[in-house]
Amino acid sequence: MDQFVLQLLNGLDKGAAYALIALGLTLVFGTLGVVNFAHGALFMIGAFCAVVFSRLLQLETVTVDPEKLTPWGSPMEIRTPLVQAWLGDFGAFLVEWSVPLSILFAIPVMLLIGIAMERGLIRFFYRRTHAEQILVTFGLAIVLQEIVKANFGANPIPVATPPALSGSADVGSWIGLGSIYYPWWRLIYLGFALVVVGMVVSFLRFTTYGMVVRAGMEDRQTVGFLGIDIQRRFTVVFAIAAVVAGVAGVMYTPIVPPNYNIGMDFLVLSFVVVVVGGMGSVSGAVLAGFLLGILQSFAAMNEIKNIIPGIDQVIIYLVAVVVLLTMPRGLLGRRGVMER
Amino acid sequence: MAILRNDLVRLALFALVVLTMPVWLAPIGAAYPDLMQKIAIYGIFAIGFNILFGMTGYLSFGHAAFLGVGSYAAVWSFKLLTMSVIPAVLFAVVVAGLFAAVIGFVSLRRSGIYFSILTLAFAQMSYNLAYSVLTPITNGETGLQLALDDPRYLDAAFATAGPGIPPPNLFGEQLAGLSGFFFCAVLLILCFYLAMRIDRSPFGMMLKAIKSNQTRMAYTGFNTRPYTLAAFIISGMYAGLAGGLLAATDPLAGAERMQWTASGEVVLMTILGGVGTLVGPVVGAGVIKYFENIFSAFHEAKLHEAFSFLPDGLENLLVTATAPFVGEGWHLTLGVVFMLIVIFLPGGLMEGVRRIRGAFTRRPAGQEERGRLAPAE
Repeated sequence: MDQFVLQLLNGLDKGAAYALIALGLTLVFGTLGVVNFAHGALFMIGAFCAVVFSRLLQLETVTVDPEKLTPWGSPMEIRTPLVQAWLGDFGAFLVEWSVPLSILFAIPVMLLIGIAMERGLIRFFYRRTHAEQILVTFGLAIVLQEIVKANFGANPIPVATPPALSGSADVGSWIGLGSIYYPWWRLIYLGFALVVVGMVVSFLRFTTYGMVVRAGMEDRQTVGFLGIDIQRRFTVVFAIAAVVAGVAGVMYTPIVPPNYNIGMDFLVLSFVVVVVGGMGSVSGAVLAGFLLGILQSFAAMNEIKNIIPGIDQVIIYLVAVVVLLTMPRGLLGRRGVMER
Repeated sequence: MAILRNDLVRLALFALVVLTMPVWLAPIGAAYPDLMQKIAIYGIFAIGFNILFGMTGYLSFGHAAFLGVGSYAAVWSFKLLTMSVIPAVLFAVVVAGLFAAVIGFVSLRRSGIYFSILTLAFAQMSYNLAYSVLTPITNGETGLQLALDDPRYLDAAFATAGPGIPPPNLFGEQLAGLSGFFFCAVLLILCFYLAMRIDRSPFGMMLKAIKSNQTRMAYTGFNTRPYTLAAFIISGMYAGLAGGLLAATDPLAGAERMQWTASGEVVLMTILGGVGTLVGPVVGAGVIKYFENIFSAFHEAKLHEAFSFLPDGLENLLVTATAPFVGEGWHLTLGVVFMLIVIFLPGGLMEGVRRIRGAFTRRPAGQEERGRLAPAE
């Protein structure tokens, strides 16, 4: 039972990451009709926003104190982060909580990058074939990755979890079971993902702006005839997708130290997630993300691996193949979108 | 130019250009056998990929799986049968073909992006399995390699074993250096000829019709499935041949050959050269492999050397400007070139050639689009 709860949490956690990336992918596909292979790169850029932010906060002054000596006999160097020097305790607080705070930094950055990407490149590819869209965004992803690699090196860069959250929570005692420990940060990631998904979905469902966007997804031409600049709204949706991918990357940095390649690892999986959920369907992407995440972590259990060896390696793709062959539109795909 | 329309002349020209590669690649520093071999092998891979993508219109994102399977098959043939490359390559082609038949049978039920995802899923499955459960066959992360105590039943039956691991050979001739290149080059020419025959045949016409409008084909009463499956298998066999040759020139097979980035690479080659053209994929493969080997070997000191004829200030400026694009950063060059090609020259380098030729013969470029098919709307 303990194992079961633990794997369920693991699966929900993996699923949360898949769902957040797939959400943006499917939104972009549903609105602009573009298959965006550079979406993983947006996740990666988000993660590096966190790296940059924490490095900015940790700019420090080094003063040599001739009075004190290190155990090796050389003069002691005293390092104080500038923020701490200026702001005192509040500065120390900023340094400790750099990861969650860098969301505030990442949102405007990702908005700008998203709009620049859409206006600068994607809009010229609305009418090109999907193959060409895949190829040009793939090229863009390579370029973005290489730029990051040139500036930050190829090694993963660890980013510290806020110390208050670096421990584990006793999840078991909450639900009346024995002690099941699970890292706080992963629980927070799960909650964060749910909040973000909820925000995007309610934006689309309950605001007039979102309603118009959904109308545009159904029938772009008619909405255009009604005098609405649907193009501008779709660009905004692209920027939102970029922000979602970016903040997903920011929050993921304490779990896996980011390197330039982190987006690509997620991209392939989240594409599978989008297709399983149904191209262009937001709820489908979220559902499929969590479903595949949970399946993947259960398949990694030893009890299951002993029955079917290697299942943990292929389960996601296997499910994708079965779903695609039996349900042509994916789990929750809309009628008429990419049916063939 | 009319004489160029003749297929035999084209073939002869192609053969001439391929076989004289050691001569004309020498001035640009690429005439070493290892690189030329790679160009020829990936040329074969790309020609095969083009039969599926360029002619039939199915974008497979998992083609590297066949390359990997071909490599494993060839190495196993070396280990179990003989060090001769002929059975190894044949074995690679057959195994890859069978593998392609299975995957194609399932994947071809869907088209468009779903087909791409299905092939991607199968390739990733093969890759993950090769790393984990199939380790007895693939030797996992180390990669499958030859060992002293391999049985090599055929060799053992006919000759006494010498000391050490024997190298792969072709009728006793050791395949190393230039002879390895010429072996690959001859096969490349054969493959090119075969692709050309397919392109000109009724079967090839059918494939192009499927790319152009599959629904219409179905309405006219054709069952398109056998044709697409045949194209998929042929293309998988090409990939298997390329994989077998990779193993024949360097008897080591690793799972990373099956990763999806490797599948992406062959897509890049085909697009860069020109989708749907016969020569294009080979050109693309050559350009990418050349860039990979030459650009990645560049570094700042070499750049200073290259720009040394300029005044110092300008030299330093140019070196700083170009340094991120070479050496470690050659992928950046690849990405940029690739984006530029897709944006401005969707037909690849071959379209560029056609446009230039069109400008000289003072005919609108559109008329040169002979044999290229646009979807009928």
